[in-house]
Amino acid sequence: MATTTTPPQTQSTLSADEVAALAREKQSPKARVGMVASYVGMAVIVLYCILPFYWMIVSALRDPSQGRSTEFIPNPISVQNFTGVFAGQNNFGRSLINSLIVSGTTTILTLLFGIVAAYALARLTFKGKGAVLWLIMACSMFPIVVLIPPLLKMFSSTEPFQWFPRWIDTYQAVIIPGLSFGLPLAVWNLTAFFKQLPVELEQAAMVDGCTPGVAFRKVILPLAAPGVFTTAIIVFIGSWNEYLLALTFLQAQDRQTATVAISKFTGTTGFDTPYGTIMAAGVIVTVPLLVAVLLFQRRIVAGLTAGGVK
Amino acid sequence: MATATAEPRVTTVKEDGHKHKKNALSDGQGRLAYILLAPTLLVILVVAGIPVVMSIRESFFQTNNGVDPTTGMVAGGERFVGLGNFTSIFAGTNPVQGSFGTHDRFVNAFLNTTAITIVCVILETILGVAMALIMSKAFRGRGLVRAGILVPWAIPTIVSALMWKLIFDADGVMNRIIGSQILWTADTGASFWAVVIADTWKTAPFIGLLTLAGLQTIPAEVYEAAKVDGATVWQQFTRITLPLVKPTLVVAVLFRTLDTLRMFDLPAGMIGFGKYRTETVSVFSYLEATQTRYGPAAAYAIVLFVYVLLIAFLFVKVLGADVIGDTGMPKKKKGKKGSGNDGKAPDAAAPGLEMMGGAH
Repeated sequence: MATTTTPPQTQSTLSADEVAALAREKQSPKARVGMVASYVGMAVIVLYCILPFYWMIVSALRDPSQGRSTEFIPNPISVQNFTGVFAGQNNFGRSLINSLIVSGTTTILTLLFGIVAAYALARLTFKGKGAVLWLIMACSMFPIVVLIPPLLKMFSSTEPFQWFPRWIDTYQAVIIPGLSFGLPLAVWNLTAFFKQLPVELEQAAMVDGCTPGVAFRKVILPLAAPGVFTTAIIVFIGSWNEYLLALTFLQAQDRQTATVAISKFTGTTGFDTPYGTIMAAGVIVTVPLLVAVLLFQRRIVAGLTAGGVK
Repeated sequence: MATATAEPRVTTVKEDGHKHKKNALSDGQGRLAYILLAPTLLVILVVAGIPVVMSIRESFFQTNNGVDPTTGMVAGGERFVGLGNFTSIFAGTNPVQGSFGTHDRFVNAFLNTTAITIVCVILETILGVAMALIMSKAFRGRGLVRAGILVPWAIPTIVSALMWKLIFDADGVMNRIIGSQILWTADTGASFWAVVIADTWKTAPFIGLLTLAGLQTIPAEVYEAAKVDGATVWQQFTRITLPLVKPTLVVAVLFRTLDTLRMFDLPAGMIGFGKYRTETVSVFSYLEATQTRYGPAAAYAIVLFVYVLLIAFLFVKVLGADVIGDTGMPKKKKGKKGSGNDGKAPDAAAPGLEMMGGAH
């Protein structure tokens, strides 16, 4: 735990490895036992997290003829489920594109609105800031299902909303309500990022003749790029995983998002749930997210916990 | 090994800069602030404010269907029923058999929601704190564990619901491992626990991650001093760790609670619709809305909304969950307590948790 005790300023002469080495030397045999126990504990945690996902991969790689076999290793390994996912009736390729359109647009809109709002919240003093923060927080708290009855009625342009265009099976029917949970997150996250940038940066820029707007664009925004990127990933994953809105408003098969399409997969042979295909589709939907998570895990964890970047 | 979450705390001092009015950036810039905030506030008004008001209005109406008994014509439109949609909850016109005996379908859903929330949140908190304690003791391999912990988080809830549905299949691997023939995904008492297990799997690691961030802000000197004074490990845990990590934990638990109260994907995807043992208020309300019974659907959603608000209020008032200000960072608790929210960094922990499920 040497890292948390040593203030960064005094650390300059010691590298992180050296600090760790110093910390190790002091360990008693008892501490070593504790360390082994902690490794065992960590292994348990990792297994707990990974095993169900392992089962998903195994089931996806099983030959479809084996049904719901419970063998722990698929034999023979077959990719037939993965090709089956893209079979014509499932329309899965199309649903992946739909998911990309919906999540991409939601993420971009969220960032556009979120960045300016977060900057104001981080840097400017104004009356009612507390109220604004509470409003944004409350927005992220309320159950999405509250939106369903009025919006379903409105988007299907039934009485008394005949004046409203029919939005069922349109992307905006999911994107716009989706902002209600993406935006609070983005504002919150970005505010934390902007706060970590020293205010002196803009002050210096303004001394040099920049307006606050230019100082923001030329100085702050480039520095906050990692924060914006992290926020984008988190909002994108949240939007990609969204189910309730998409299930309600995107009913036509060629408009379904991937999450809805997976939940509606039907087997080729009547009543049997095609678990192999569903698991394969689940793996396809999840793997890009997992790659992003593994690549940017440090940032994502920081973004999710303290909104911090280095 | 320096952790990303511990370091930014050092900058806290600088935030003082904009608490003072004499700041090139904050001098009389209220109007600019509102211009910058306007788009976001407008979006919130359009995507949340107006629909909520519409939903409240909706809850006082019912859609006419079938034949109007007085005129013999096919009725259309809607009629005002006052509190009818709410009072019908207690009329007992739609009794169903759930885990808690026979109740009106909404009451049953409400009880399910409450029970699932209480059980899940308790399990997730205990497991999450245990995970955080283990991770905080390790010197190496934290990156690996962190990556592993993000796996349940990154899998879409609906996909994990289907995944658990396969695991809990009557002929599935869970029954094989425990050597039983439990019908987990049928409408039985076991389905309740299937949902609880799946939800705990997905979110306990995340509570662990947040708690770990809280743990890392506790200076090691505090523990060293306690050791010198002869405190046992258990004393250190209850007298140092828990009180200092409490602000982080309370906020994490609050958001997990709110998120679990509106659970939809998991019971819907795993057990299915119309299964009374696991039907939550969100699922029931959704079903009513898709059957064009907008009035009752809105009424149920509003009850859930009020319930969520009430729980949030209790957390903030009773447990002192600091949701928007110095969220759970023990360091900031020192001094400046009365300075209000202005100028304080909102902590991303809360909405971060939010993303665990979205409409989960």
